[in-house]
Amino acid sequence: MERVSLTGNDAVGTAMAQINPDVVAAFPITPQTELMHKFAEFYADGKVNTELILVESEHSAMSAVVGSAAAGARSMTATSANGFALMWEIVYIAASLRLPIVMPVVNRALSGPINIHCDHSDTMGGRDSGWVQLFSENTQEVYDNVIMAVKIAEHKDILLPVMATFDGFIISHTQEVVELLSDEEVQKFIGKKEMYYPLLDVKNPVTYGPLDLQDYYFEHKRQQVEAMLKVPAVVDEVAKDYAKLTGRKYDFIEIYGPEDAEISLVALGSTAGTAKDVVDKLNDEGKKVNLVKIRMFRPWPHETIVNALKGKKAIGIMDRSDSFGALGGPVFMEIRSSLMGEIKEDITANYIYGLGGRDISAPEIESVYNDLFEIAETGKVKNRKTYLGVRE
Amino acid sequence: MANLTEIRWHARGGQGAKTAATMLAEIVLNEGKYGQGFPDYGPERMGAPMRGFTRISDKPIRTHSAIYKPDIVIVLDPTLLDVVDVLEGTTDDAVVLINTHLSRDEMKKKLNTGGRKLGVLDATKISLDAIGRPIPNTPMLGALVKATNVIKLDTLRDDVRKKFAKKFPERVIQGNLDAIEKAYEEVDVS
Repeated sequence: MERVSLTGNDAVGTAMAQINPDVVAAFPITPQTELMHKFAEFYADGKVNTELILVESEHSAMSAVVGSAAAGARSMTATSANGFALMWEIVYIAASLRLPIVMPVVNRALSGPINIHCDHSDTMGGRDSGWVQLFSENTQEVYDNVIMAVKIAEHKDILLPVMATFDGFIISHTQEVVELLSDEEVQKFIGKKEMYYPLLDVKNPVTYGPLDLQDYYFEHKRQQVEAMLKVPAVVDEVAKDYAKLTGRKYDFIEIYGPEDAEISLVALGSTAGTAKDVVDKLNDEGKKVNLVKIRMFRPWPHETIVNALKGKKAIGIMDRSDSFGALGGPVFMEIRSSLMGEIKEDITANYIYGLGGRDISAPEIESVYNDLFEIAETGKVKNRKTYLGVRE
Repeated sequence: MANLTEIRWHARGGQGAKTAATMLAEIVLNEGKYGQGFPDYGPERMGAPMRGFTRISDKPIRTHSAIYKPDIVIVLDPTLLDVVDVLEGTTDDAVVLINTHLSRDEMKKKLNTGGRKLGVLDATKISLDAIGRPIPNTPMLGALVKATNVIKLDTLRDDVRKKFAKKFPERVIQGNLDAIEKAYEEVDVS
């Protein structure tokens, strides 16, 4: 394994080249642009056999990979924020047609006002689209997640699209140390793509995406639900295989710090890394706290979450996007919903932070833990929803 | 030096602070260390004040936030001193390196650096002489080597040659190496 220093975008561009997809559709959007630049370098150097399609919009990018995936080709694209929004209708269709497309999404605020920096409003908006969603803490994780995503998406029980997300600029443009597999190792791990109902198999003709009204649409949606229910077992199986290869084992969630701590913070994305340093500091000071990092957001790992959080005296939930008019952010609502009946009192507090790339520092995360100490002591939540670091 | 070293770069857009911040993060890998480098991405305009950040550690770096309490501050553009509080968040243990034509004593007085270790260097002049362009980032890396032990001079030289070989003609590579050498010799630091 080779240890190199790369930006998140360069690492994912490299992973894509190592995957060597049959078809890639490319359209630039900050902060994803450099990812495709990197992949296009490999393409220009003749290092991949990919059919690289330069499309005129993200709507076309997703449409192109829907077409190629239906034809049986291993297909990828990548995007961010407004680009993701523009491909919206086809994002749902990709999942409905059970197409194993893999798409890195570089998280960026979905304007307006116009903002190019990180928050999770883009992919959180897509949580009901039927895609598997893997969040990544750092460059290493997104490199690993993108490679594993291919195997998850193409598994015969699944055949669903997977997005591997990572934080715009904070990861995508930061130079970090990452361990790369060799091209051969990646190829061996993902294997040859199996064909299931390829559109180009003219001897066995199939139809994709016909009119499907009151008579069968509901049944098809029900099958989609069933496929999603099978995802956790496959994600786990793929992670175990990947661990054998790399020594890096990824679970649906990662508990950092003592598992029996009575105070937990829930976070995802790059903030989880900063929070780990805060957990170490507090543990060193004799304060027993932990962090629950969520890697797989869709499908939602309900049982795992319940096991990690039941019996806690205070739980802080970090959301890098808000759901306007709702009780809290998307992560908060999932957690509370999972904990219904598992905790006696309402000991959950939501922290909306970092919208539009606002920096989140270790002292700010420590201030959240300080709130949690108070909740644990009094059993009362003063503020259910706090906007961390905003000027009121 | 502590396990984690945090460096904050102050410059104006176009002076190479992003390159220097990320390049340093990359170079330390050659000494078996972990590096993290990134700029502040604001409006990307030539001449606008901007910051770069480098973290160096013996262990993987997990924190992903800006640097608020740097161990080392490097100022590529002296005109920023009237605009930005470059010492913000630093203690008397910090090292401050400034590209300036002023002497160390003059700068110490102007910036009121107190007990901080201060290094001055006319990196713009060095880069103009050696490379023919006012890009003070590589000479300031030479000054960094002299003032601290974050990397060795040989590591820096080897890496600059290797990295620049892909992009620049020999004249530019040698110019940068000369600039680093000269900066290493000339920086007045204590």
